[in-house]
Amino acid sequence: MVQFHQAPRIDVSFAALSDATRRGVLEQLGRTDASITELARRFDMTLTGMKKHVSVLEQAGLVTTAKVGRVRTCKLGGRGLEEEAAWIERYRQMWAARFEELDKVVEQLKQKEQSDGRKANE
Amino acid sequence: MDAKLTSEQMQKPITTTDRRSDREVVVTRTFNAPARMIFDAWTKPEIIMKWWTPPSFGITFISCEVDVRAGGTYRFVMGHPAFDQPMAFHGKYLEVDPPKRLVWTNEEGEEGSVTTLTLEEKDGMTHLVLSDLYPSKAALDEAMASGSINGYPEQFNQLDTLL
Repeated sequence: MVQFHQAPRIDVSFAALSDATRRGVLEQLGRTDASITELARRFDMTLTGMKKHVSVLEQAGLVTTAKVGRVRTCKLGGRGLEEEAAWIERYRQMWAARFEELDKVVEQLKQKEQSDGRKANE
Repeated sequence: MDAKLTSEQMQKPITTTDRRSDREVVVTRTFNAPARMIFDAWTKPEIIMKWWTPPSFGITFISCEVDVRAGGTYRFVMGHPAFDQPMAFHGKYLEVDPPKRLVWTNEEGEEGSVTTLTLEEKDGMTHLVLSDLYPSKAALDEAMASGSINGYPEQFNQLDTLL
């Protein structure tokens, strides 16, 4: 996953397009949006294999995916404002979730300090 | 930011995010705790591991190693049931100024962000500002397009199901 960020965008795009299946997926998504399961069936591949292809296309910004319920739908990517807003919102949710846990940790630390007989401002 | 917090805000602190420039995203949050406690939570592995991966992420820590000094490195290794291999998040601390400021790199890729954490304490509360500064607009755009957040692939958390 992480290695995708190591190549410049143009290389990532070319790499994404170098594979016949992935070109086929793009062509297919040009006609209609599809779930990963549908794409896997259409290209006669395992779900895991198709997930990898879609992930490569996604990293290259050629495809975007969105999860609705248990189904991940793929569509041709456009890096518009909507996507940016969605990313910012997920980024916020990621930190908000972490900080809620951090609140709990802070409460534990405070209680521990109290029971250790230390004052918070010392 | 200096306005007194109402009791309701104290119960439900707000996390804000904002794209501050072409290549910078900023998160803010206020904690009902002294800065030194929040700083510890970002720099002591045994505390980091308690909150960095909330249950909703579906991720578990495998190891967490930090050497918190300027030039020191960190390495968080995590696992997720959907991935065969563990994933490592790593980088280097650029500035360490407890309990006010911590700056580190994110070196999973060439175009990772530099993260700056600043903590400002007032009346026992701490205002946290976290800035992720990418090397270029293209780098931030690419992070957004890929759906990954700080190198975490989208699948790595289940947060998108909340949207």
